[in-house]
Amino acid sequence: MRRSAFRRSRGDGPFRFASTGAGVVLLGIMAAIGVFLIVKAIPALQANTSHFLTEKVWNPNAVQPAFGIGALAFGTVLSSFLALIIATPVAIGVALFISHYAPRRLAALLGYVIDLLAAVPSVVYGLWGVVFLVPFMRGPSEFLNTYFAWIPLFGGDQVVGKSMLTAAIVLAIMILPIIAAISREVFLQAPKTQEEAALALGATRWEMIRMAVLPFGRPGVISAAMLGLGRAMGETIAVALILPATFGISFEILGPNGNSIAANIANGFGEATATGRGALIASGLVLFLITLVVNMGARLIIARRKEFSRT
Amino acid sequence: MTTVPTGIQPISTGRRVKDRIVHVLVYLAFAIAVIPLISVLWLVVKNGMQRFDLEFLTHSMRNIGARDAGGGAYHAIIGTLEQVLLASLIAVPIGLLTAVYLVEYGSGGRLARSISFFVDVMTGVPSVVSGLFVLAFWILALGMPFSGFAGAMALSILMMPVVVRSAEEMLRLVPNDLREAAYALGVPKWRTIVKVVLPTAFTGIVTGVMLAVARVAGETAPLLLTVFFTDSINNDPFNGPQMGLPLYVFDQAGRPTDTAIDRAWTGALTLILIVMLLNLVARLIAWWRSPAKRGS
Repeated sequence: MRRSAFRRSRGDGPFRFASTGAGVVLLGIMAAIGVFLIVKAIPALQANTSHFLTEKVWNPNAVQPAFGIGALAFGTVLSSFLALIIATPVAIGVALFISHYAPRRLAALLGYVIDLLAAVPSVVYGLWGVVFLVPFMRGPSEFLNTYFAWIPLFGGDQVVGKSMLTAAIVLAIMILPIIAAISREVFLQAPKTQEEAALALGATRWEMIRMAVLPFGRPGVISAAMLGLGRAMGETIAVALILPATFGISFEILGPNGNSIAANIANGFGEATATGRGALIASGLVLFLITLVVNMGARLIIARRKEFSRT
Repeated sequence: MTTVPTGIQPISTGRRVKDRIVHVLVYLAFAIAVIPLISVLWLVVKNGMQRFDLEFLTHSMRNIGARDAGGGAYHAIIGTLEQVLLASLIAVPIGLLTAVYLVEYGSGGRLARSISFFVDVMTGVPSVVSGLFVLAFWILALGMPFSGFAGAMALSILMMPVVVRSAEEMLRLVPNDLREAAYALGVPKWRTIVKVVLPTAFTGIVTGVMLAVARVAGETAPLLLTVFFTDSINNDPFNGPQMGLPLYVFDQAGRPTDTAIDRAWTGALTLILIVMLLNLVARLIAWWRSPAKRGS
């Protein structure tokens, strides 16, 4: 480099090495995340006097530490799936609106408005949820509990605003832009010739979408929903502010039950002892593995579809 | 359906009604999605304006009791700016070089494909997990103190995949003709990349970096585990607990008094303003350099 910049071998080697190295560093970080979480979780797991996978309570700071992931994992999965059930239909509607219904000139702008939903920091959603949505949800929750108690989800004797349902609604708002953005991209890629053929044969707009757009977009929408699920599972602060942080396992989503792995980490970290921190790291490891599986699944579906549509 | 009479048959009522219903549902879905956005922004602006004053921007929370009015987020704003800057200094070089590798050197090999796959997977790493990792690695294993730098490391893990993806996309847009012209003039590959490819893609890369910065600036969970809390001003990101603006909002929102909730709203307003400003700057840069490529 100093003597001659034109000698190919001099500069090329180091630069190639640096860029390859950066890629390897990325892989290394992913591996290190797994390794260090395991290493720091083991001492706490050994001190545990209860079974980590099945125990419901979380009491790692006691002299006889007893803690388990049971209730937390249940809460994480339940709140995320509820959020997914709420968000996916709306997100598909939004994606169709922007790709096939909105006036052309407005579509890009309206898409940007939806992207703004993703730009709002999660702690702001948490604040909004705890100050506005929690009191607001008391009415609808009472209504559901009074008239739809025969559905087990809405049953139970106690109805509160700080419930699983409220947390799920906030999560749904947060994952909606992700699902909508990816679905929109896939819907826009649907073959124009097929859409025009369907319309030429006299199909209405909905029939055209059902026959030409939705079948083409299905894998994309599924993987988008899975990415949204992964995001919902890892969401911490909004859930930590809203959920009541109790350790029961209950399907009654209107009642004062529920917690999630991520929220428990945020709430419990402040007063955690050494064992407590290890226990939180162990729970984070479980969360990492769950989201890893969900995300890899989503990516594999996308990758499969890419190969499929290329041929 | 067997014989078509003269002219075109009108669409049957059932099909037309179904079409209208879906039409309405799709518009309704968009409306439902926009309502929370409007509600959040309205409440943040309305409640945040009450305390959005000079004292808030220039004072910390030192010696401010839980029930006291007053106090501000100066320490949190300083912390956020320093942490995000440090996170960018870590994440941008690694992310950019990785993108260069994927586009210029990897050429679909096994290493390139696995890096590409894990960049995607990394996008899905929950923010709290990146915080736990830095906690386990930097603070517990290496025995370092809580600091702004530890928070910056956690944020950089969240930034990297975003930077890689956007930079990769921009590098792929650089026409191959430019590279071949440079090679034909005898310019070595690495100088072609540094002098031709990167400058061509520069604005796009800057846009991607700004969006990544905007994304991590609002992250709370990793800071909670690595930066910890303080009510005082700490200008040194390498030493001792700092504060961050998202953390400040979380801290104040968890306190039960009205004065604290007011401070939380104003903190949220400041945070949203910073994030929106970064987003706006990013889009302006993108728009300014490539007016022809707009529309998508």
